Amino acid sequence: MKRHAKFLIGGAVIAAALAYMIYAGVTQSVVYFVTPSELSAAPVTGKAYRLGGMVEKGSMRWEPRSLDLSFRLSDGKATIPVRHRGTPPDLFGEGRGAVVEGSWAGDGYFKATTILAKHSEDYQAPDPASAERHKEMIKTLSGDTR
Amino acid sequence: MTRVLGWLAAAGLVIGLVMAFVIAPREVTQGHVQRIMYVHVPTAWVAYLAFAVVFVASIVYLARRSATADRLAHASAEVGVVFTGVTIASGSIWGKPTWGTWWTWDARLTSVAILFIMYLGYLLLRGMIDERERGARYAAVLGIIAALDIPLVHFSVYWWRTLHQPPSLMKPGGASTMPAPIVAALLVNLAAFTLLYAYFVARRTRLLARQQQALA
Repeated sequence: MKRHAKFLIGGAVIAAALAYMIYAGVTQSVVYFVTPSELSAAPVTGKAYRLGGMVEKGSMRWEPRSLDLSFRLSDGKATIPVRHRGTPPDLFGEGRGAVVEGSWAGDGYFKATTILAKHSEDYQAPDPASAERHKEMIKTLSGDTR
Repeated sequence: MTRVLGWLAAAGLVIGLVMAFVIAPREVTQGHVQRIMYVHVPTAWVAYLAFAVVFVASIVYLARRSATADRLAHASAEVGVVFTGVTIASGSIWGKPTWGTWWTWDARLTSVAILFIMYLGYLLLRGMIDERERGARYAAVLGIIAALDIPLVHFSVYWWRTLHQPPSLMKPGGASTMPAPIVAALLVNLAAFTLLYAYFVARRTRLLARQQQALA
């Protein structure tokens, strides 16, 4: 039984050390995205970054013919102009969170290769009026216009 | 008894399906795709639960050398791995239309991938050692260590910057502001999947007991 207890204590110590190492290692080295403040403090031209922030209201320009998209990402303190060519996800939009992958282009903007939309954990029902309109639309689509 | 559990789970899943598709409203920003939540969240919860059971049963096994505890740990780990797989698959299917990607290496997704691989390793370890007593002992140690990843998975969205959003229900000190039908549909599905887990584990432990009897 004594040997048993020693084994358990030893195991617990090893497990705790392992947990701490994983936690510390991940915290220091794995930053999933940098914020606009962090990037603007020390931008390295050509370096690959993941940049996360809110899409500033009124900053989005979208050219459907050329697929040219530009907007500004903000964290409340700093803003970074972002340019991208391609179609963003449906949930991407002004006033919402986004994470973009790409690099700092040097001449004052972030060149994004991938755009990811962040969404909130709060799920809401549509307001009754819009739910009614949605039903109407489904009806007309299915040809059932009773 | 087990049969009753199975029927309860089946009934719960049918009610849950109706709740998810009929009672719960279309989500305002995401649309119908948000209904994946009614599977994704319950399967993730069952994975947590299953591996927590492995953790407790492993401690009981090491302390008492009870064969029942060992079988419970084994069965629960198997079911947990399946539900972790379903969680990853449903999350991926949800992620593509909303985030715009099937997969990304943020802290939540990475820690879940580690969880999945560790318990696959756990099952591999069990399968590799023929001597039952020794296999059970090693598995129990791994079952305790691997459980450290569960809080890491759950709190990853608070401790690090992630693409994945924080939990909607099990959040620290904040009542949900979601409409009642959404919350109700989620709770019914959580209950139904928990019953399903209990049914699977009850079935599997009995099967394991019979296998061991036959081999003895």
